[in-house]
Amino acid sequence: MTISRDQFIAWIKDFAGVIRENKEYLTGLDSAIGDADHGINMDRGFQAVLAKLPAFENQDIGSIAKNIGMVLISTVGGASGPLYGTLFMQIGKETAGKLELTLNDWTAALDSAVNGVMMRGKANLGDKTMLDTLIPALNTLKECSASGASITDALRASERTAEEGMLATTPLIAKKGRASYLGERSVGTQDPGATSSYYLLRAASHAFGS
Amino acid sequence: MKKLINKPEDVVNEELQGIAIAHADLVKVCYEPNYIARVDSPIKNKVGVISGGGSGHEPMHGGFVGLGMLDAACPGAVFTSPTPDQMLEATKAVSGGAGVLHIVKNYTGDVLNFEMAADLARSEGIEVEAVVTDDDVAVKDSLYTAGRRGVGVTVLAEKIVGAAAEQHRPLKDVAELCRKVNANGRSMGMALTSCIVPQAGKPTFDLPEDEMEIGIGIHGEPGRTRMKLGTAAEITEMLANPILDDLPFKNGDSVLAFVNGMGGTPLIELYVVYNELAKICIGRGVKIARSLVGSYITSLEMAGCSITLLKVDDELIRLWDAPVKTPALRWGI
Repeated sequence: MTISRDQFIAWIKDFAGVIRENKEYLTGLDSAIGDADHGINMDRGFQAVLAKLPAFENQDIGSIAKNIGMVLISTVGGASGPLYGTLFMQIGKETAGKLELTLNDWTAALDSAVNGVMMRGKANLGDKTMLDTLIPALNTLKECSASGASITDALRASERTAEEGMLATTPLIAKKGRASYLGERSVGTQDPGATSSYYLLRAASHAFGS
Repeated sequence: MKKLINKPEDVVNEELQGIAIAHADLVKVCYEPNYIARVDSPIKNKVGVISGGGSGHEPMHGGFVGLGMLDAACPGAVFTSPTPDQMLEATKAVSGGAGVLHIVKNYTGDVLNFEMAADLARSEGIEVEAVVTDDDVAVKDSLYTAGRRGVGVTVLAEKIVGAAAEQHRPLKDVAELCRKVNANGRSMGMALTSCIVPQAGKPTFDLPEDEMEIGIGIHGEPGRTRMKLGTAAEITEMLANPILDDLPFKNGDSVLAFVNGMGGTPLIELYVVYNELAKICIGRGVKIARSLVGSYITSLEMAGCSITLLKVDDELIRLWDAPVKTPALRWGI
């Protein structure tokens, strides 16, 4: 069982749709603790990705991911642009030349992506950021990958830990980004970046699972 | 919302077109990606100095492009950081072989986008140094926040560093000088009214007629306290004392005193504030060596002001006095 290029493209399209549906919700979360533009910015970026996808969807998965990263970097703005841009650029680097991905390939790609986001944002687990979703999901993927689980089972399991990670951001005090200026007042709101990252992994689980 | 605009989504592009025709002798404007560059750039063997940030703070940064100050400025959407493709193209456009300095205000979006741009430029063989300004004493600086915001010192740094680059000093020195300016400057602002982001169409925050926000950020971010409106003397004291205590500025120090308008406050009031600031400085034994009074780092139509004090030595004064010819600052020429 592998992840095909068509499934990879379906993931992106599915995620763009989810972002569009949840644009107001994400912006609402961001207006509580940030600068009220996360949904708007992510939607602008992924609509630009959809518009440009036909130009590069026949390339290898690595090139597709790299192109997506470049589009996001130049269209999203704010902090999310460089962070999501880095995530896709790192996936692109790790999957260069490939037309399909094994579970090990996908795990390695996400590992590289998460490391890239950590370095770019200088953040870690518990800072109330997208990493609170991504890191637990990656750890689950690694465990599943090591124990020989199927792609579908591994992705379902990592989707669940991603969701737990997202929900766990609500009681946290933000330590990065504009939310950090609120200190204690950032408690009680789910992190918008952790939320969009959960949507990303949920969409992957739907698109890559059988 | 009452604004002199056509369509909210066209404001930044139409502003850039206006700048391009109004100041064609000083700057050229490039589109997609957007940046404003010195008309005579790139200048061989001169360090290119670039800044950028969200629009809505005019004249910062585009108004500071020209001889003796910035080589290029990258404007983002209103109050939104520019994207790395803008800074990359601007960096390439002003690279004269001596490297390029990025002056970045400390906001997470600005810092991340400039970092990516610097990485991309370096991978294309251009030497890039970045200095982040973080002078706003209203914000708590700790390991648990994104750190202090970059405000008024950015304007002073761009002038001083631009003068040093004009003397063809090497990149390492120019960057070090920029860090020195940032380390010796402190600022704090206040608002009498909110601002209205054109695409939002409504005030960013609600401030009752008889109240003010002390410690406001240049995007309308909340500050330290909200309180009943005071006199200019009281307000100036509330801004100046935390600044003076923070560095701290000591008896015998020389400073550049900068009273900045937020966009909606007339110059007559800024001079009233400056007068109060001068009294406070005299009282503390701090000598004002140079001054700047006017609206240079604004927050759309917000009424209010900010104060910046920069501790200066002979080197900084010489560079401050050096010739500058930009749309917004011009002297010595």
